[in-house]
Amino acid sequence: MAAPLALLLIVAVTIRAALFRTSLANLISERVEVVSPLNAWKRVVEGLALLDLDISPYSGDVFHETPMVIYLFHFLMDYAEITFMLADCLTAVALYLAVKDYNKQVFRKQKFALEADRIPMDCLELIRSPTEMYYIPLKVAMFYLLNPFTIVSCVAKCTCGLNNAVIALFILSTMRGSALLSAIFLALATYQSIYPLTLCVPALLYLLQRLYIPVNVRRSSFWFYTLQYLFMFLGSLLVLICLSFFLLGSWDFLPAVYGFILSVPDLTPNIGLFWYFFAEMFDHFRLFFLCVFQINVFFYTLPLSIKLKEHPVFLIFMQIALIAIFKSYPTVGDLSLYMAFLPVWNHLYRFLRNIFLVSCVLLACSALFPVLWHLWIYAGSANSNFYYAITLLFSVAQVPVCLSPSLLSSRESSSKTALFTHSLLF
Amino acid sequence: MGLLSDPNRRRALIGMLTRMPVDWLVRTMQARGLEVYTQRFSRKLPFPDEDKERYMVKGTNVYGILRAPRAPRTEALVLSAPCSPGNENNQAVGILLGLAQYFRSQIYWAKDIIFLVNEHDLIGMQAWLEGYHHTNTTGMDWSPLQGRGGSIQAALSLELSSDVVTSLDLVLEGLNGQLPNLDLANLFYAFCQKIGVLCTTQGKLPRNDWDTTSGYSHAVQTMMLMVLKQASSRPWGDHGLFLRYHIEAASIKGVNSFRPYKTDATTVGRLLEGMYRKLNNLLERLHQSYFFYLMPSLTRFVSIGYYMPAFGLLALILLLRALDLWVQLSSPPTRTTEDGVEVVPASPGVLSILTPLVISHLTGVALYTLPVLSQELAVEHFPVSETEAVVLTAIAIYTAGLALPHNTHRLLAGEGTEQGWKVLKLVAVLYLAVLLGCTALINFSLGFILALTLVPLAAFITPHVPKTLSAVVMVILSPGLTLLFAVFFFQELQETPVTLQEGWMLYLSVISQGILDHALYGSLLYPLAALLVYPCWLLFWNILFWK
Repeated sequence: MAAPLALLLIVAVTIRAALFRTSLANLISERVEVVSPLNAWKRVVEGLALLDLDISPYSGDVFHETPMVIYLFHFLMDYAEITFMLADCLTAVALYLAVKDYNKQVFRKQKFALEADRIPMDCLELIRSPTEMYYIPLKVAMFYLLNPFTIVSCVAKCTCGLNNAVIALFILSTMRGSALLSAIFLALATYQSIYPLTLCVPALLYLLQRLYIPVNVRRSSFWFYTLQYLFMFLGSLLVLICLSFFLLGSWDFLPAVYGFILSVPDLTPNIGLFWYFFAEMFDHFRLFFLCVFQINVFFYTLPLSIKLKEHPVFLIFMQIALIAIFKSYPTVGDLSLYMAFLPVWNHLYRFLRNIFLVSCVLLACSALFPVLWHLWIYAGSANSNFYYAITLLFSVAQVPVCLSPSLLSSRESSSKTALFTHSLLF
Repeated sequence: MGLLSDPNRRRALIGMLTRMPVDWLVRTMQARGLEVYTQRFSRKLPFPDEDKERYMVKGTNVYGILRAPRAPRTEALVLSAPCSPGNENNQAVGILLGLAQYFRSQIYWAKDIIFLVNEHDLIGMQAWLEGYHHTNTTGMDWSPLQGRGGSIQAALSLELSSDVVTSLDLVLEGLNGQLPNLDLANLFYAFCQKIGVLCTTQGKLPRNDWDTTSGYSHAVQTMMLMVLKQASSRPWGDHGLFLRYHIEAASIKGVNSFRPYKTDATTVGRLLEGMYRKLNNLLERLHQSYFFYLMPSLTRFVSIGYYMPAFGLLALILLLRALDLWVQLSSPPTRTTEDGVEVVPASPGVLSILTPLVISHLTGVALYTLPVLSQELAVEHFPVSETEAVVLTAIAIYTAGLALPHNTHRLLAGEGTEQGWKVLKLVAVLYLAVLLGCTALINFSLGFILALTLVPLAAFITPHVPKTLSAVVMVILSPGLTLLFAVFFFQELQETPVTLQEGWMLYLSVISQGILDHALYGSLLYPLAALLVYPCWLLFWNILFWK
């Protein structure tokens, strides 16, 4: 399958290179749906300029990326476009290999279940054959590379492309069973934006299951492994933070990066839910609502991990989706990562009745974002309520996309009637 | 206002304004105590404009700023009069200068007033606005403005061709169908009532019997005129370009017809002075009233809450058809794998519709780029002028697109399945629904007219309907012919019906003006029609001829 993948990579790189050369690149890098105050390329350039003048790049509330990113671009400034294209290709290849491994495991489990006669007769249509599953990794890579959201995010040189690459490498190393690499990549992802911290739990669950350690709080082997993994993760994170300190010589990246993500001082409109609320909130309640909104991202980890204990890969998908919807400064680049996973569960789409409506709403909202922005900011005929309505609709439409397949797949082993009952709810 | 009450001085003024007398204007404005500046601009049109006979446009704008005596220079109002050769607008500059002299002696001005005389009407206005706001969106070459007046709150543009008027026509439609706040129109109308000047809209006299049939039809005709003007996406007065910068603006045209009761220039001057005093008293920009409305007369308006549901119902037809197709596609029991089709093409079943999509959009791109690029080639080989070459190339590419399905079917090997056209129709219907929705939000009239013609054919076209009849109906309802019918209808509504020959020439000039508007001011009608609406229509044409 190397040849179609190579062809796909060439096509993707050609599209991105062609778009970089047009005047659309400047237009796209100004759009608020594509870049946010955290990961805009303009701000990276500002930070680099400040660094060249020997001033701390975090002075003046312009730059909010991590010191490692600024040093990376200090050396790669002239090759920025190639870096982002390479990051996209790396993500696609990592997802391709990860999904291939995952499919092998699923097929193996299915074979064992068939041999053990544990699948009821009426679920036979859910059995998947190798020919069906052969094209899924390529579809995943295609869904990521040819997704207009990814292309637009790459052309705008948004650093969430780098974040996506790191998360994809984390998923690949988790699938391959290497706990050290998984912890290191997760630490890199958490270092850049705090929210991938929640991916610790599904990674742990997956690695434990892979090593046949029972997930039981009373067993010492469980605690032993968990502590090992957490030690590796926290150690890498500490190393990264100390390295940043030594690179820049001061601790002011901590409030500028993590303080910024958590306390949301900048209320530029984006496709997230925070800006409108906090624009109209009284100062007295600001801290309270800030805590509520931020806990919302982390809160679903524990219940979901209890429910989806047997399916840690779905849990990873759901966590990435929840982070993309509920984080403080989301952009379309974050969405494209979890949308790439959708072909993995396309055998379940037959049972989802509202997938059509949801995809229509997502398509319409993506088209309406620039229209209502133009009407609000340039024509002055609309106001922020219109834009926030579309943002809300967009977030609401994303929830069934991530929610339904996962919960349905958790019932795959039960009977068909239970599946249909479940699908009626979604 | 001594300048205007003396007929000899008025006639001297008319004689001098056959071309832009920059030095005289600068001296006159300086004599009235304004801070005068000039701006040079030049632009090469993509092809010669036959309506106004220009190709290489070079000009100078002259503007004088009346500084408010005791206020900080943060806000400004603009009074503009386009200076064109001939008798078209030969009184407006006179009134402007007279008003400047009068305003200078008043002490109640809280905002700076900028008196602008722009050359080559819209092109000069675009150059001035771009220079004032430091933007350069259309590639025009202009010299920077030496003097500014703060953020512009409102603007009025004057067009007067005679020194006595019987009525003043208020023109509201701007670029891309944008309208000023309804408060500005209400303000002007209320003040005209107070002074006793007759104020009209769309050039039609108001009637009092709006509850009789003939009165109702008159109101409908007035509203249809506004709809057609808004749908053309061009600025119908110099004010149209201000709206893009969030400045409420309107154009006032003086009409001199054969009515007995005439208003002289002094009353018009008093009217404008009153308007400017009202605008001077504004504490904030006009934003309280509606921005989206249609006016059957100056006293009545239809707000967006009334007319949007009509459009919503039309879009609903498309969504229901899409839902119906989706249900049909997912219900056949033999298909198991390719049913979860999303709009992002991935599985082999969706790949087959990629060919018609790509070819339709490439034809659209050809329709957008080729007419202007290949005008030299066409002029070499055919005995036509450049403008005719551009327009005829556009029509030729449009008609050539009709031949596509017969050729693309040779490329698609064995794709003619029942499943194939349903998937294509689903994608095309959803595409049309999103396109019409976005267009209606920005320019409601354009979206509605396109919806009226395209939704019926989108809903009913399948490969199984009788081919010749449907082909004829599709061609009649296509965007190009809709434009032709709109031109004839517009002339009918303006009570100047044209013959077929004249109508066709008018149609050709409308197409060339549309292309020029896009190149000069950034009007969205031509790119929208060529790059998005025409490919969508071609997709339905492909479905009709699906084998």
